[in-house]
Amino acid sequence: MPAWTSGNITDFPMRAGTFQDTLRVVAFGSCLWPAVWLGWRAYQGQLGTNPIEAVTHATGGWTLRFLLMTLAVTPLRQILETSGWVRFRRTFGLFSFFYGSLHLLTYVWLDKFFDLSDIARDVMRRPFITAGFISYALMVPLAVTSTAGWIRRLGGERWRRLHRLVYFSAIAGVTHFYWLVKSDVRRPALYAGILTILLLYRISRKLSARLGA
Amino acid sequence: MVIRKFEGIRYSEVTPRQLFWNRRRFLRVAGAGLWVPAAGAGAKLENVRKSPLSTGEKLTPYKDVTTYNNFYEFGTDKAQPAALAKGFRTTPWTVTVEGAVAKPRTFDLDVIMKLAPLEERIYRMRCVEGWSMVIPWIGFPLSALLNAVEPTSKAKYVAFQSYFDSKQMPQARFAGIPLPYVEGLRMDEAMHPLTILAVGLYGEVLPNQNGAPLRLVVPWKYGFKSIKSIVRIRLVEKQPPTTWSMANPREYGFYSNVNPQVDHPRWSQARERRIGEFFKRPTLMFNGYEEQVASLYAGMDLRKYY
Repeated sequence: MPAWTSGNITDFPMRAGTFQDTLRVVAFGSCLWPAVWLGWRAYQGQLGTNPIEAVTHATGGWTLRFLLMTLAVTPLRQILETSGWVRFRRTFGLFSFFYGSLHLLTYVWLDKFFDLSDIARDVMRRPFITAGFISYALMVPLAVTSTAGWIRRLGGERWRRLHRLVYFSAIAGVTHFYWLVKSDVRRPALYAGILTILLLYRISRKLSARLGA
Repeated sequence: MVIRKFEGIRYSEVTPRQLFWNRRRFLRVAGAGLWVPAAGAGAKLENVRKSPLSTGEKLTPYKDVTTYNNFYEFGTDKAQPAALAKGFRTTPWTVTVEGAVAKPRTFDLDVIMKLAPLEERIYRMRCVEGWSMVIPWIGFPLSALLNAVEPTSKAKYVAFQSYFDSKQMPQARFAGIPLPYVEGLRMDEAMHPLTILAVGLYGEVLPNQNGAPLRLVVPWKYGFKSIKSIVRIRLVEKQPPTTWSMANPREYGFYSNVNPQVDHPRWSQARERRIGEFFKRPTLMFNGYEEQVASLYAGMDLRKYY
């Protein structure tokens, strides 16, 4: 064993689980990267002909992708029979909320310029905006109660029940995307397909557990 | 074991890209140029007159006009047509004009180019999606072409059809709309002096992604009415079907006049984002051409005929 890899762990006062910490930092950085990249390109004027549309589409897309990733954690954990994954569920969920907030802010500010009566009309009258709004509104209580403190306060079972709202948020979010597309539905259909698989997995697992019991 | 050294092409033997394209262009121009006076996209158009029908508004930059396009035959992403229509063949090109006319005829493009003096028409272009541009088109009134075939009294509408070829347009299978693209105008709309057939923009032959070599421009209607790459024009008695209203009749009507008071079912049409501007501006009735065209629709309920 070469000298530089041996025996010097005690030379540095490193905590156990350093690898986990590194992983967490890398994960956090990766999740933030789309926002950083978007911001950088906006600053450089590289968002193309319709930059505000580009920001709207990018933030909306990442909201959905993180939402689907959040919903993929539990099935992956169960299929791969590892438990380390679960820490990322909250990270992905909160990043979905983060990108959703940016998406909403883009709409409220850069599309509507804080014209609240116009926004209210949109939410009431335009089904695709209603769906997007519902999807975001359902995420708010989940983001608020995402801390360990809130899990304790609510108690595990009630917390879990509340957080089932994420399924409805995801359905509303994908519907929002589906309804806004003019004719080429490939991408919303892909997201809808993934969401369907993730939901069917849960349903079938629940059913088989009930039948097995 | 003999390990053979890779003896492919050395980099010094590779033809520089510029030289390669120059050779292609030479072949194209030498081949086609023998009898077609105009070269392809990007060639300068000469003897273009100014028009009093032009707006004095600030032009949308050439780059935006030519890289942000809705041309679903070449992909539904706005950047796709500029990339995927590059090799689209626009020579030779003919346009068949038929139907309720005394002299039906198939025109070669170079004959069409000489039907009327070319004019620059700087028009506002309002997309149904809520954005707008100001584009210096080059073309001539559609009426010049229609008059050349002598419409009969049965000609009440004009039906247009785009070129369609799934080999040259492989992305078209994802478009989600019936193709070939078709559009239509009422006869008085078609004969209106603002309605032009465009063959160029910014002083040059139309880039492929903008509807080369010949497209319609109807500035008081949403952009999708201005059909691209036209190959067939038919004068008819009954209102012809149009692509977007076939794809979604509740959302897109035959008239599709720009109208800030009649919303698209999914979004408001009251405001628009002019490309290059931060704040949205109010959308004008008939896209600001109300004075010239409102009389065409006198007495019509524009909520019903959207």
